[in-house]
Amino acid sequence: MSTLTTWLRDPNPASRMQSRLGQSYLSWLRLRRNPLAMIGLLITAALLFVAIFAPLLAPHDPITQELGRRLLPPGTPGNILGTDDFGRDILSRILYGSRITLYIVLLVILTAPVVGLIIGTVAGYFGGWVDTILMRITDIFLAFPKLILALALVAVLGPGMENAVLAIALTSWPPYARVSRAETLTVRSSDYIAAVKLQGAGPIRIIWGHVIPMCLPSVIIRVTLDMAGVILTAAGLGFLGLGVQPPLPEWGLMISAGRKFLFEQWWVATMPGLAIFIVSLGFNLLGDGLRDVLDPKSASK
Amino acid sequence: MGRPFSMTSTPAPSSRLIPLLRQIGGTVVTLFVTFLGLLMVTFFISNVIPVDPVLSILGERATEAQMEEARERLGLNEPLWKQFGIYVGNTLQGDLGTSIRTREPVLEEVSQRFPATLELATLATILGVLLGVPAGVIAATKPGSFFDQSTRLIGLMGYSMPVFWLGLMGLLLFYGQLGWVGGPGRLDAGYQMSLDFELTQYTGMILLDTALNNRWDMFANAFSHIILPAGILAYISMAYISRMTRSFMMNELGQEYITTARVKGMPERRVIWVHALKNVMVPLITVIALSYAYLLEGAVLTETIFAWPGLGSYITDALMVADMPAVLGGTVVVGIAYIGLNMLSDLLYRLVDPRARV
Repeated sequence: MSTLTTWLRDPNPASRMQSRLGQSYLSWLRLRRNPLAMIGLLITAALLFVAIFAPLLAPHDPITQELGRRLLPPGTPGNILGTDDFGRDILSRILYGSRITLYIVLLVILTAPVVGLIIGTVAGYFGGWVDTILMRITDIFLAFPKLILALALVAVLGPGMENAVLAIALTSWPPYARVSRAETLTVRSSDYIAAVKLQGAGPIRIIWGHVIPMCLPSVIIRVTLDMAGVILTAAGLGFLGLGVQPPLPEWGLMISAGRKFLFEQWWVATMPGLAIFIVSLGFNLLGDGLRDVLDPKSASK
Repeated sequence: MGRPFSMTSTPAPSSRLIPLLRQIGGTVVTLFVTFLGLLMVTFFISNVIPVDPVLSILGERATEAQMEEARERLGLNEPLWKQFGIYVGNTLQGDLGTSIRTREPVLEEVSQRFPATLELATLATILGVLLGVPAGVIAATKPGSFFDQSTRLIGLMGYSMPVFWLGLMGLLLFYGQLGWVGGPGRLDAGYQMSLDFELTQYTGMILLDTALNNRWDMFANAFSHIILPAGILAYISMAYISRMTRSFMMNELGQEYITTARVKGMPERRVIWVHALKNVMVPLITVIALSYAYLLEGAVLTETIFAWPGLGSYITDALMVADMPAVLGGTVVVGIAYIGLNMLSDLLYRLVDPRARV
């Protein structure tokens, strides 16, 4: 172990990989000093764990109805968080719901940031009219009320998980384009880019191999900070009945089901909301910590 | 705080005015292009709907000749770009189409609903600024302190809660359990009647109207209804405003003029709340306008929870019955308000900060 840390801390790295891993190790050390960020990391890890092992962890099936056991309060033996109006175990539904949440988040972060990254780097690298047109489009999308645009899109495409993901992705790429364009502008005229250009590299190679890596840290921070927003928007669409459809255990949908008897059986709406809150808070804490570590400019001293 | 926007030190001679006017001209052009973009998107949305608009207007029993006549009348036989031109022209003239559900013009319905949303978002922004700015300033003066950490955590919690869930929990606690606030709706049912018959409605905003009519009993009732939804939106806006205030303030306190003021022996209170805050106010205007624009939109889910008869619940109600003209009309109106606020903040920024004038 100690040889590994000395290897990582070596001030004269022998290879590119060693230097990169060493940098990551130093970032990790800085992140570890931030207790809030570590809590965030823990929550995120727990979400992954629960989503993977949901069938093993859940005491009941999330879909099967058991009308004899409907609306039992929390603390009932066998149903720690109580049951909903169809007698389904709320804990099991929350555990399985983490899979849906994670699935939506993954789909969005695999599309929106990639689109934004490509648009932003191309606009920033080429400049001129390419930049003007691409950034004008970005500004138009940025000027939109996001949630309402997503609502209108889903209304047209029809409710459902895939369409909700599409609507969220279509409304969330512009900030990534902005961020990557700004980063591209700062590196575009650097000497090392000029050197690569003199060696005969084409624009695609330069953007892919030398510009995009420089944009990644800022984009990753934004992604982490945006994930909570994605979860909240997805839950909002589910709550309005426009996202994931019943009987799937989506958290927003579960809150909307519990709304009917909020004052009598408070737990049905409360529990899934707590799950959303904890998971979003986890992503926010982690994102906040990562920003301090990866982006020294905005670090709170 | 004195006069944070005091401009006495920077008179604007005509030589400065011309570039400013040119910038305003540029902003207006940008505004128009963005507006066209907004309409392009809503036009696109309304054209990919698999539903035949003629069918939804005439019903299934219409003859082929009637359908053809309606298509001609609605301009649906024209090429797409011409249809778009007609759409832009109609929107500019205030014609947002007719709601399928009520057969009323969308613009009329939207303008009836707008004051309720405006009232909610305005009160929330005022509360958010009153809480968020001082919190951000204090946090910036003592970075790392307990106060700073707690503001940060409270802010992050605000970012992490689904606003509709927060609304439900608020109702459960403050209305269901404690009975401190009025329930959903803008007024108690009893007052709702007298609203239409006894009150002169100047603005459509109940708090203002009741005050102008000297009906303080009704004002109190309206206040007990608005305070919970407004408080919840204010929490979210406070989270954003305090965070931005803190980072602007930190930046400002590192400047040399602050050191100079301190060296001259100026009381710390004055350095922070007068000198630094004055300069922080400039970027803060943008932040506040953005948060206001966001609240106009964020009110959608809150209005659903609190049965608040505003623009947001108008759009969601229309969504439920697939009344697309109403949905898109509402979207266009919110979009215009959003774009307008963005541009306004941009203009204010240039007016207030001499450095932003090129």
